[in-house]
Amino acid sequence: MARASSPQRRAVVTLAAWTAGFVIFFPILWTVLTSFKTEAEAIASPPSFLFFNWTVENYGEVMERSNYFRHFWNSVVISVGSTLLGLAIAIPAAWSMAFAPAKHTKDVLMWMLSTKMLPPVGVLIPIYLIFRDTGLLDTRIGLVIVMTLINLPIIVWMLYTYFKEIPGEILEASRMDGASLRAEILYVLTPMAVPGIASTLLLNVILAWNEAFWTLNLTAAKAAPLTAFIASYSSPEGLFYAKLSAASTMAIAPILILGWFSQKQLVRGLTFGAVK
Amino acid sequence: MATQARRAAARLMISPAVILLLCWMIVPLAMTLYFSFLRYNLLMPGTEAWTGLTNYRYFLTDPAFFEALGNTLTLVGGVLVITVVGGILLGLLLDQPFRGQGIVRILVIAPFFVMPTVSALVWKNMFMNPVNGLFAHVAKFLGLAPYDFLTQAPLASIIAIVSWQWLPFATLILLTALQSLDREQLEAAEMDGAGALSRFIFIMLPHLGRAITVVILIQTIFLLSVFAEILVTTNGGPGTASTNLTYLIYAQSLLQFDVGGGSAGGVVAIILANIVAIFLMRMIGKNLET
Amino acid sequence: MTATMRALLGATALSFAGFALQAETLTIATVNNGDMIRMQKLTGDFTAKNPGIEVEWVTLEENVLRQRVTTDIATKGGQYDVMTIGTYEVPIWGKQGWLVSLNDLPASYDVDDLLPAIRGGLTVDGALYAAPFYGESSMVMYRTDLMEKAGLSMPDAPTWEFIADAARKMTDKSGEVYGICLRGKAGWGENMAFLTATANSFGARWFDMDWKPQFDSDAWKSTLSFYIDLMNDAGPPGAANNGFNENLALFQTGKCGMWIDATVAASFVTNPKDSTVADKVGFALAPDNGLGKRGNWLWAWSLAIPAGTQKADAAMKFVEWATSKEYLALVAANEGWANVPPGTRTSLYENPEYAKVPFAKMTLDSINSADPTNPTVDPVPYVGVQFVAIPEFQGIATAIGQQFSAALAGQTSVDDALANAQALATREMTKAGYIK
Repeated sequence: MARASSPQRRAVVTLAAWTAGFVIFFPILWTVLTSFKTEAEAIASPPSFLFFNWTVENYGEVMERSNYFRHFWNSVVISVGSTLLGLAIAIPAAWSMAFAPAKHTKDVLMWMLSTKMLPPVGVLIPIYLIFRDTGLLDTRIGLVIVMTLINLPIIVWMLYTYFKEIPGEILEASRMDGASLRAEILYVLTPMAVPGIASTLLLNVILAWNEAFWTLNLTAAKAAPLTAFIASYSSPEGLFYAKLSAASTMAIAPILILGWFSQKQLVRGLTFGAVK
Repeated sequence: MATQARRAAARLMISPAVILLLCWMIVPLAMTLYFSFLRYNLLMPGTEAWTGLTNYRYFLTDPAFFEALGNTLTLVGGVLVITVVGGILLGLLLDQPFRGQGIVRILVIAPFFVMPTVSALVWKNMFMNPVNGLFAHVAKFLGLAPYDFLTQAPLASIIAIVSWQWLPFATLILLTALQSLDREQLEAAEMDGAGALSRFIFIMLPHLGRAITVVILIQTIFLLSVFAEILVTTNGGPGTASTNLTYLIYAQSLLQFDVGGGSAGGVVAIILANIVAIFLMRMIGKNLET
Repeated sequence: MTATMRALLGATALSFAGFALQAETLTIATVNNGDMIRMQKLTGDFTAKNPGIEVEWVTLEENVLRQRVTTDIATKGGQYDVMTIGTYEVPIWGKQGWLVSLNDLPASYDVDDLLPAIRGGLTVDGALYAAPFYGESSMVMYRTDLMEKAGLSMPDAPTWEFIADAARKMTDKSGEVYGICLRGKAGWGENMAFLTATANSFGARWFDMDWKPQFDSDAWKSTLSFYIDLMNDAGPPGAANNGFNENLALFQTGKCGMWIDATVAASFVTNPKDSTVADKVGFALAPDNGLGKRGNWLWAWSLAIPAGTQKADAAMKFVEWATSKEYLALVAANEGWANVPPGTRTSLYENPEYAKVPFAKMTLDSINSADPTNPTVDPVPYVGVQFVAIPEFQGIATAIGQQFSAALAGQTSVDDALANAQALATREMTKAGYIK
């Protein structure tokens, strides 16, 4: 490309981009660094960037106080479980919206999205009562159900926009060849839809992992995920910056690493029909 | 032709999603609606009684209500402006070739993976705290008086925190859209002597239209119910300076345990959210039609 | 029956019993305060003494915890077997029949050893509904070195006038030393706890005998103006966001000259492990204005058992363990006497070992000088020093706390804040049916 060929320009772009990246990432970096300081060093003025006595005692303290792995596992089960369940319900729905649109398809889709705009606090008490009566309080299955319902509109929408980009002619060709509906979905559509599905899956795992209202309010000990774990470090007595940093790092590290490793897949389908 | 069968099958496939969402919406909604006409305080069981529109009257005449309404709009609007403008700028920057593109992209998307609670805690304590926060250290180093962000500019601080979380999302979508732009068209324009600015305004911006609408739609859905960031940082204060509708309803139903009042607030919020939704859908429906 | 047979049978019975007991897992909800975290770490002692009972902890930040346990108990959700609740909740919940009465605690528990002031707050109609884990009042904690530098000496029972004068003299803003740190963060358990207790000593009250809010009174005006003037002159920056924890961190890092707050903080500020000023802290009673009431509150974090639990017996055992004399001795053996949960038992204050702790006497005197049934200068229809024991209080006080916090931040005037508070309280009290 002609416009980026000059070396000066390239140097400026490189510098600007790296600066922007660093500034945006800095809060996370700072949290991770602070987690290796002692409490006194964490609030020292002026703060030290790298030259302090690195220690892992904050992590030890956090592990001693909380059952990190249980919270972690609950987060995994809830986010992955709800996403898979959501996909199972949403794929057929999005398929039929994209390839067999009826008169009200658009309206149905918009209505689905609008359900996401309801403030969850408004319906907490009713849901709590329902959960109590069905024995779902503090169970992972209960949270999987709630998270599925919460994210279903986004899943349907994302898949719908992705499916719409698949050229209809290919499907028609397969129909001409006499493929059954099942064969059409399994052998023609699915392979083409995999990137979109993968990206939807990743995005929803992230959203479910970070959801902090329902996960905090419908659990106690057994099903509490990492959002509840972090709530016990939010403002304890005395100095707590280093411990808070350690707990924060532990809460976000798994999803951050997953996000980084799969960013290509995530980005590929994350267009919501924005690109034509 | 099996169109008839196919249409029936399509209906069948869409129904689980629709039915589930209908239940999810209607059952709690019906209960909320019912509660909103009751005098119902969780802490005083046995005193429930029908009160008609009392809860609505109190909620709608609460001086905090209008402020919350304004704050909600400011919050949503502010974050949208920052993330869309910032996202376009970042997208343009990252669209250029430079060394370490992959790494920079990883750095830029990272905030999207951070839990809202964690990001609020980190910003509040480690950056914005006027005594021990990093910004205070920097101010002291520069010989300035530390600024107390969360007290002096609570809503702006919250907008900043939320924007930090959503900027990566906007950047990703806008960057993808930019990358799909026809390069030849751009080069042709350049040959014709179009400056960088006019290339941006006449070629890139129209191309980004769809992507911007999508960013606005998806983000609005999440921004209307911003809650954790407020709870952790300011508790809606000072006064009601950073209380949004979601937080106001939270205060009604879980601080006062006034389920009746909270439910009335919930119903009001649902109605308002639907107005926003209809408005948005109109705009987006049009934009996505073609 | 042979001995072997008998042994075998016995073993089977035991293993059955063991099996039955193994199913018993207590879920305990508690606050993430230092003393509770210590209790969590010492759980091993309880499970060793009570084989077959497992303990699951739900440790949360105070506001989150309160919201969660209240929702759960009011809807009879049954998620918790033991709850950590405050002096505000116990009378309200006890009256509703939501808590298991603790009158059946064994004689060895020695209920009469509990401090009368604390025990009184946890008793409803003669039944004890919660066992105090630690009790607190509030008092002045000050830096002896800074006080000396300012050329003053702190009396045991200071007046507000003295405190204000000393705070201004101790302040050195360029050296990051602020004469006084007080709560400013909005919340009924944060700034309103401090301000309500302070208002009592200024002769103000929340309601008159007809439940009419009194924020339009002169006494409230002088309370709030005094507080805001003092904080503007001698307080730290960002005070409107400082609660107990923020102030504790400030004091521990040597940035406060004086701090008026919970007596329980005394052990944190004198602990050399966390505090840079551990050896320079003195204590005094909360100040007064010569009207007969001091500005100190009374609070106890207590363990209670929700009425719906299936595991009341095991829960009772846990409550007994955590609030017993033996638990105090256990903490003392592990962490030293200064770190035992204070303010619950007379025997602790009679213990010569504990008497050596510098803040022991002042804590006890503070607790004893608070009177929840008669908290104000003028008569009131309610019980509670820094709170009003009615269910509507938390919501009203939190909203008013926001107004006062905004006044401290300089965003509203004292007059406007009080007018808003009055309007707000009148509105809510009318809605709730107190004002006809």
